[in-house]
Amino acid sequence: MLGLSITQWLFGTLSLMAIMFALMMVFTRSPVNSALYLIMTFFCIAGHYLLLNAQFLAVVQIVVYAGAIMVLFLYIIMLMNLNADEEPRKHVLTRAIAAIIGGMLLFVMIGALRGAEQLQIVQGGASQIGLVKNLGKVLFTEFLFPFEIASVLLLAALVGAIMIGKRDTNINTK
Amino acid sequence: MIAFIIYKAILCVGIFVLLLGSAAYATLWERKFAAFLQDRKGPSRAGWGGLLQPLADGVKMFMKEEIIPNVSNRALFILGPSLFMVTAVITSAVVPWAKPVNIGGHVYDMQITDINIGVIYLLGVASIGVYGIMIGGWSSNNKFALLGAVRASSQMISYEIPMGIALIALVISSGGSLSLKTIVEGQDAGFANILWQPLGFLIFFICALAETNRAPFDLPECETELVGGYHTEYSSMKLGLYLFAEYINMFISSAVIATLYFGGYNFPFAHELYAKLGLAEGSAMVSLIGFGVLLAKIFGFICLFMWIRWTLPRFRYDQLMNLGWKTLLPLSLFNLLLTVVVEYFRGNIHF
Repeated sequence: MLGLSITQWLFGTLSLMAIMFALMMVFTRSPVNSALYLIMTFFCIAGHYLLLNAQFLAVVQIVVYAGAIMVLFLYIIMLMNLNADEEPRKHVLTRAIAAIIGGMLLFVMIGALRGAEQLQIVQGGASQIGLVKNLGKVLFTEFLFPFEIASVLLLAALVGAIMIGKRDTNINTK
Repeated sequence: MIAFIIYKAILCVGIFVLLLGSAAYATLWERKFAAFLQDRKGPSRAGWGGLLQPLADGVKMFMKEEIIPNVSNRALFILGPSLFMVTAVITSAVVPWAKPVNIGGHVYDMQITDINIGVIYLLGVASIGVYGIMIGGWSSNNKFALLGAVRASSQMISYEIPMGIALIALVISSGGSLSLKTIVEGQDAGFANILWQPLGFLIFFICALAETNRAPFDLPECETELVGGYHTEYSSMKLGLYLFAEYINMFISSAVIATLYFGGYNFPFAHELYAKLGLAEGSAMVSLIGFGVLLAKIFGFICLFMWIRWTLPRFRYDQLMNLGWKTLLPLSLFNLLLTVVVEYFRGNIHF
């Protein structure tokens, strides 16, 4: 079929779907639909990880992003009952700033991608690095320090979230 | 290649039929069991002793008028129950249902797929299972349905965490593999994982009750406060799918518990029994006996689920949250610590 392998067909379909859902997420007016399109995008990205033989990453993507973070997002949207017609129109200045910042991000990404052809391409398909055993070994030997730093960072964020959540009671007790 | 596809197709269809059939008869068994506990007879008119009751219920569900509220989000309203059903069924893909069968030199696994992240896959499916309820509840545009959906999502997120930590402890004590096939084969000698993980089993079981929204954790559909909870606006077969998926969830949870903690298709002195009966390892008969044993275990757990439902009253919502975050979470962390210490002295962990 057009001289493409099954993997290439899958890659093409998944990429197309991911881009389509991401665009729909941005352009949909209703916050709930927007969140649902974002979940679909996460699933497409998980499919990409599967194609790269990174099964662990794929499932963790689904458990953490689609299963936990987006559930909380949806929870908040539903709880506050946000609707498309209640969404405030943004000021022109805000939109202009958003456009400029978005453009700068694009600029940075183009700059980053320019050097991509010089990189050594690691053969993805047959690699076993994404399997849990190999990933765990690498994480706890080679990348132990960044891994622990990341966990401390997460702990700090957790403590911070609890502190913000508890602020009211502290004021009352003083 | 063709043979492989046919074998997988037969397996998928077979397991699907098994799930639907057992869920249909679980509804009947639930009513019979409740009747037994309350000293009644239960449904007894359709068929012999009520055996055709699930068929009658199914026909009734299909024949009822289907109402989609005008103010609801139509697409999402339909998506809700379908998604809930899909997530209920796909968990069965990683459960090993019976011993591999050896036919003419080819070994056929009685498992749809043996991915080496099976345990995390279970958690992943459990975590996206909440979307069916959330989407259905929100798109109904009804405040009771919305409250039910919000309750369901916070409850399921809260109980996923101790569930995951209990699973980590299980993986450590069963040899470090995340594949369900390997975990079951590791229990072949007759020592089920429950012997090393009694506390982990208790935590996992309570979380499974909460994840399947079974009483005493059925607050998302609490009739006394929320009319019908997240499925208040649903009628006909869409309501049927929600109710039906609950029984499929229960069946699969029981299968997963039996597989992870009670040896799955293995049973004590299995090899002695096969030798005495003159059955060769890998023959279809051995596989069938194992499958029967697994079904018996699943049936036992379903009865336990029902026994709990008809014995315990429903939690209050703050009690539910306190149990999840202040009791089960610390308990599961303690269990993890205990497991690591025990496994270190058993010599399974090396630093």
